[in-house]
Amino acid sequence: MESFLAALLNGLEIGLLLFVIAVGLNIIFGVLGVINFAHGGLYMLGAYLTYTLVSRGGLPFWPALLLAPLAVAILAIVLERLVLRHVYGRHVTDSLLLTFALLLIIDDAVRMIWGSGIQVVTPPPGLRGATSALGFSYPVYSFFVMGVAIAVMAALWLFFTRTRAGRVIRAAAIDRDMAQTIGINVPLVITGVFALGAWMAALAGVVAAPMRAINPGMGDRIIIDSFIVVVIGGLGSFPGTLAGALVLGMIYAFGGRFLPELNLVLPYIGMALVLLLRPQGLMGRRTG
Amino acid sequence: MLVVEDIHTYYGESHALQGVSLEVKAGEVVCLLGRNGAGKSTTLKSIMGIVSPRRGRIVFEGEEIQGRPAHWIARHGIALVPEDRRIFAGLTVQENLDVAQARRPPGERRWSLERVFDEFPMLAELRDQDGGTLSGGQQQMLAIARALVTEPRLLLLDEPNEGLAPVIVQQIGALIDRLAETTTILFTDQSVPFALKHASRGYILQKGRVVYQGSIETIRNDPEVQERYLSVA
Repeated sequence: MESFLAALLNGLEIGLLLFVIAVGLNIIFGVLGVINFAHGGLYMLGAYLTYTLVSRGGLPFWPALLLAPLAVAILAIVLERLVLRHVYGRHVTDSLLLTFALLLIIDDAVRMIWGSGIQVVTPPPGLRGATSALGFSYPVYSFFVMGVAIAVMAALWLFFTRTRAGRVIRAAAIDRDMAQTIGINVPLVITGVFALGAWMAALAGVVAAPMRAINPGMGDRIIIDSFIVVVIGGLGSFPGTLAGALVLGMIYAFGGRFLPELNLVLPYIGMALVLLLRPQGLMGRRTG
Repeated sequence: MLVVEDIHTYYGESHALQGVSLEVKAGEVVCLLGRNGAGKSTTLKSIMGIVSPRRGRIVFEGEEIQGRPAHWIARHGIALVPEDRRIFAGLTVQENLDVAQARRPPGERRWSLERVFDEFPMLAELRDQDGGTLSGGQQQMLAIARALVTEPRLLLLDEPNEGLAPVIVQQIGALIDRLAETTTILFTDQSVPFALKHASRGYILQKGRVVYQGSIETIRNDPEVQERYLSVA
């Protein structure tokens, strides 16, 4: 029972953090029509900047939580304006190749700057160690991760349903040309959406830094997981992204605990099953 | 108010507009007639900035606007209701209006949401419904309302009657007459009867060129022109 509960919590934690990353990927696809491979690189930059600010720079964790995502969002604005902007409206393979190239460049830049070893960030004081509040021992920091992810989810939901800016982004995702025709500055919306997605990826990177091994392969790993989430949940679906992220989180958590020898292939089996049985994803809309 | 001077618009290599010129004076209701593919929609899209003419000038209230992006033109007083209405499915009726509303102090608005809902009581009833679930006539009303809340001085309507029941066509005609008291209107149509009732002047387009201009009555009384350039209604 205890190990079941612990796996459940672990699945929630992995799933919620994946949601924060994959939902940004999904929003960017919805508005830009671009499948952003570089998203994993932006997540990784969030983690490495945290390492530099906290482990090297001696800064407390909290300012890093603000500064690193902000810096990555600014980088994203530059990337969107200078590079990505040129492939909108072209075939999706063009943007795939371009963002894949960006991911490779980010990967190599990370190796050049930080080396290829594993870096470590310790959790902030107060979030270290374990708690037995649920009757068994579980890391305090994990509850913090879940709290941040739930806060991001709630904030996003409020933003998209209750604010004009959120509704404008939804309109631009539904029909870009018509949005432009009613006076919406769509190029500006696109830059904003890309920056928002990058900010979320980097925020997830900061939050992940104290509990995951920071290494140059972490971006590639997370982008593949995010793609699996989006395939399971459905492209363009918000609740679907949450469902997909939780399903994958549970696969990792329960697979790791009860079927460790299959743990690496289980996510792909899950994705293949969804593709075979429900190609539009659990909550995606059927297209074409 | 609007002067279009010899514009040439292309879709890729296809030469859709081959030197269209027309003029709309403030307070007028002008109709652009022609068969399918004559270039009516492309003319409106060129004015709106959705496609940019390669040559020619478009002057609105004394300012050249060709080559400007559509959102700039929308914010400077022109609105387009496209032929296929393009309601944001997935947004409610009210949200469709919210996203289009011009950003200015409420006191400077001619089309507050209250006034829109007075003018279109049906939309008030449907305000929380998904725009994608509306009937064709309801979508057309919402598309016009959405254009109005951008506060246009010139309203472009692309085939406002297309595919609608006669009773809705009547409503739209009456609406155009009411709007015409405060807004300049340029609309397109394939046949004469509706234009005759609601427009004061007309142009006929064929194959991307203006082939005729004058009063709608002259067009009505000239069966040869009708037969050659227009659809029989």
